[in-house]
Amino acid sequence: MSKQQQKLRVDWTACVGNGACAELLPELIELDEWGYPVVDGRPLPVLLEREARSAVAACPKLALRLMQS
Amino acid sequence: MRVSTAMPRATTLPRLLPEDGNPESIRAHLARHGRIPYRGNTGVLIRDLEQSGLAGRGGASFPAHRKFASVLENAAKRRVAPVIVANGAEGEPASSKDAALLGLAPHLVLDGIQLAAETLGADRAYLYTHSVKLGDHVRQALAQRHEDLVAVEVVVAPPRFLAGQETALVSHLNGGPAVPTFSPPRPGERGVSGLPTLVQNVETLGHLALIARYGPQWFREVGIPDGSGSLLSTVRRPDGRARVFEVPFGLPLRDLLGDPTWIGAVLLGGYHGTWIHTDQALRLRLDNDSLSAVGASVGAGIVVALPVDACGLIETARSVRYLALESAGQCGPCLNGLPRISAALTDLARCRAGRRTLGDLQRWSGLVAGRGVCHHPDGTVRFVRSALETFAGEVERHMRGQCGATRREPFLPVPSDVARAEEDWV
Ligand SMILES: Cc1cc2nc3c(=O)[nH]c(=O)nc-3n(C[C@H](O)[C@H](O)[C@H](O)COP(=O)(O)O)c2cc1C
Ligand code: SF4
Ligand code: SF4
Repeated sequence: MSKQQQKLRVDWTACVGNGACAELLPELIELDEWGYPVVDGRPLPVLLEREARSAVAACPKLALRLMQS
Repeated sequence: MRVSTAMPRATTLPRLLPEDGNPESIRAHLARHGRIPYRGNTGVLIRDLEQSGLAGRGGASFPAHRKFASVLENAAKRRVAPVIVANGAEGEPASSKDAALLGLAPHLVLDGIQLAAETLGADRAYLYTHSVKLGDHVRQALAQRHEDLVAVEVVVAPPRFLAGQETALVSHLNGGPAVPTFSPPRPGERGVSGLPTLVQNVETLGHLALIARYGPQWFREVGIPDGSGSLLSTVRRPDGRARVFEVPFGLPLRDLLGDPTWIGAVLLGGYHGTWIHTDQALRLRLDNDSLSAVGASVGAGIVVALPVDACGLIETARSVRYLALESAGQCGPCLNGLPRISAALTDLARCRAGRRTLGDLQRWSGLVAGRGVCHHPDGTVRFVRSALETFAGEVERHMRGQCGATRREPFLPVPSDVARAEEDWV
C-alpha cells in the first residue's frame, strides 16, 4: 500500500491561539500577530511526521488536524 | 425590485422566468412546461446534467452532475437515503435573483427538487429561503401540487450573509446556529441528520427541471460552450434600482450596463466579488472564461454599475464594515482581521489614513485570506484588494486629503439593521 501524503490543517472554529503547536513544531508553524498559527497547506515532510503528530496531540482544543491531502 | 425578462439578442429567453412577469400558479406552470418528467431512478438525469454542462448558480459554478454523482455514491456506500436541500438563502444584499425565481416560478424549483430526489433516491427535502414572505409563498405553491414524490419542508433562514454557506445551512437544519463548520465532512458526505446531502442553489434546480424536460442539447442552444444555458443576473445601474434579467452566458456586459457615461466602475459578483474599470467591463462578456482575464467570475450573477459621482472607497468601506459585522466571529484570523481591515478602509475613505494604513491593509488581507472555515475572509479580501487596485487614483487623492465624489447618499445596498444578537443565528 502506498503511503498517503498528509498535511496539517486547523479547525479555526476550535483554535484558541495559545500557540502550543508552534512551540512543538516551529519548523512548520509560526504565529501571526494575533497569536494564531500560520500553517502552509503543503504536504508534510516525512521527516517531520513524528513532531507533527506530537503537535497535534498537544493541541488542547483538538484544533490541529493531520489530514490526507 | 422590478423583474424584466425582455432582453435583446436572447431570442429564446426567458426560460426560467414566466414571459409575462407574473407569479406562476400550478396551472400556468403546467400550461407552459407540462407535467413533471419523472425519469425512473436510472441515472439518466445525471448523464443529461453532464451533457448539458449545467454549473451551480449559487456562486462557485461547480458542475451539477459531479455533485449528484458523489452524493449518489456516498449514499449507496452507506445504504442510506440522501437528503435534498434547495438553497434560496440569498444572503448577499446585492442579489435578488433567487427571490425573483421563487416568487415568479416556484413550481420549476419544486419540480427540480422532486427530480433530484427521484434520481438520488432521497426521501427528505428542504427548501431554505431567507424571507418569511417567500417561505409562505412557496408553502402555498406546495399545497397546489399533487405529483410530488417527497414532502418538501420550507425552512426560513436567518437573514444573515453567511446563512446560505452550505455547512452553515446544514448546521441550521440540524437544529444548530446557521454558522459555518469545519469540513470535512462536507455536506455531500455527512450533512442533514448525518446523511449525504445535496445542496443546490434554487436556480440550479430550476434549470435542472428544464433539462429533464427539453434535454441537454436544447439547454446548450443558449450560451457558449464553456458556459451553457442562461443565468439570472441581478443588475444595478446608476439609477440604483435592482433588476433581475435572465440572460445567456457570454452576453457582452455592455448590454447589461446601459449608458457608460454615468458609470464610474463596475462590481462583478457582489461583496465577495471584484471591482473593475468601466472600460474593462465594456470589453468583457458575462462568462467565466472572459471574466477570468481580470480575475473576476460570474459568481451568482451580480453586476453593479457604480455612478460616476460616487466614491468607490466610501462605498467599499461601507460594505466591508457590513461584511466584518457579518463574520460569524468563530475563527481567530477572521475575527481579528476583518474589523481591522474595515476600520483601516474607513479611515482611508474618510481621508484620515496614516502612513501605515495601506501597508496594514495589505498585510491583514494576507493574514485572513484562506484562514477560516468558510470563504468569507477570502471573498472579503478579493473585494478589498480589487477596490484598492481599481480605485488606485482615488486612494492617492484620499491620502492627500481629497475625495472627488459629489454624491452623498449611499449606493451599494447594505442592510441597515444588521442584527448582531446571538439568537439571530438560529
Ligand atoms: C459565505 C458564503 C455564502 C453563501 N451563500 C449562498 C447563498 O446564499 N445561496 C446559495 O445558493 N449559495 C451560497 N453559497 C454557496 C453554497 O455554499 C453552495 O456552494 C451552493 O449553495 C451550492 O449550490 P450550487 O452548486 O447549485 O451553486 C455561499 C457560500 C459562501 C462561502
Ligand atoms: S495548539 Fe491548537 S489551539 Fe493552540 S494555537 Fe495551535 S491549533 Fe490553535
Ligand atoms: S471564516 Fe469568518 S465568517 Fe467564516 S466561519 Fe470563520 S469566523 Fe465565521
